[in-house]
Amino acid sequence: MSSILPAMLTHLRITFFGVLAAVLLGLPTAAFLIRHERVRRTLFVIIDAIQTVPSLAMLTFVMLVFGLNDTTVIVAIFFYSLFPIIRNTYVGLTSVDKGTIRAGKGIGMTNLQIFSMIRFPLAVPMILTGIRLAVVSALGLATTGVFIGAGGLGMLIWRGIQTRNMRMMLSGAIPVSLLAILFEYAIGLIEKQLLKRQRRSNT
Amino acid sequence: MSGFFAELSRNSHAVLVAVGQHIALSVVAILSGILVAVPMGVLLTYHTRAAKIVLGIFSVVNTIPSIVLLGVAMIFLGIGYIPATTVLFVYSLLPIMRGTYTGIKEVSPNALKAARGMGMSRLQMLRLVQLPLAMPSIITGIRLSSIYIISWATLAAFIGGGGLGDLIWMGLQTYNFNMVLCGAVPATILSLLVSFLLNRLIKRTSRHRREEVAA
Repeated sequence: MSSILPAMLTHLRITFFGVLAAVLLGLPTAAFLIRHERVRRTLFVIIDAIQTVPSLAMLTFVMLVFGLNDTTVIVAIFFYSLFPIIRNTYVGLTSVDKGTIRAGKGIGMTNLQIFSMIRFPLAVPMILTGIRLAVVSALGLATTGVFIGAGGLGMLIWRGIQTRNMRMMLSGAIPVSLLAILFEYAIGLIEKQLLKRQRRSNT
Repeated sequence: MSGFFAELSRNSHAVLVAVGQHIALSVVAILSGILVAVPMGVLLTYHTRAAKIVLGIFSVVNTIPSIVLLGVAMIFLGIGYIPATTVLFVYSLLPIMRGTYTGIKEVSPNALKAARGMGMSRLQMLRLVQLPLAMPSIITGIRLSSIYIISWATLAAFIGGGGLGDLIWMGLQTYNFNMVLCGAVPATILSLLVSFLLNRLIKRTSRHRREEVAA
């Protein structure tokens, strides 16, 4: 029992920093892409290809640069999170109703104001969807991190598998599954609430 | 880099065998996934409430990290090819089922009305109208599944499933990073290749769809 909590905290820390890095880079990138169609097309092909790299292969590629530790997993999570975050942010920012943007222009908003007061707020639910997808898959990847020497709940699972110790395995497997389901549900709930509020203010 | 190529030529036979195992493992999982998930997706379109429940259950299963399911499968089914394929099969179901379900649900009601007006039976409608129009969405689901499966098949090595994960694992245990790459590079190429081919198939089937709608 005593080893679960520290492992869980390490697991969450790895997930958090990986996704955070992708959000910090992804949001400005997506905003930039609104006006650069050609760059967007190339970039989407690249991040889609990154997404396709098998997780264990990605971990070993990153490991060659960053070594056998938590940083490698954080970097791998960052790479995998780029696609859901950039793509969803871009779709969210560009699927804003044209009439709303025209209305903004009509009342004399600058481009920056249109972005910060119209596009971005309306895109938030879509951005959250991207973050949710990234977080859930990151929790899974962080479990795999045990193979390249990182900490986290994967360690308990792996030790349990190796010693055929069901209880040890479940002491890692249950928390990690619950975390994934919890984040999926909680972020999904916030998305729904925001969408509901947006729809209400529309009418 | 040269170390990697030396290692690759030294182990060329082992790499080829591993690639073969990897493909066999993935193909069996995906094909059985298609055989089960497409009919299930179709059936679910007739029961929207059941669809919500079934898709909900499977999406919970799919949020569970793969190594957890592999561990559970190992405890109940033992080590080897069978438990590995079983887990991969279970994971492949959701994307294909969801792709089939949404693809068929998104078929325009006008196309259905026209089909009914021509006197098509339910089965004919499914075969001649709904499935062809849903094809891009179904293949999108298959593509998603395939990418997951190829990726997770590398993890299946840890419960004795064989494949390219074996090489990665052996390399990691002996600190031979060139051997790790002998597993990781082919796995990446395989995955990119499958993704590329299925993307082309999606484009081709959606062109077919547009022409049909226009005509």
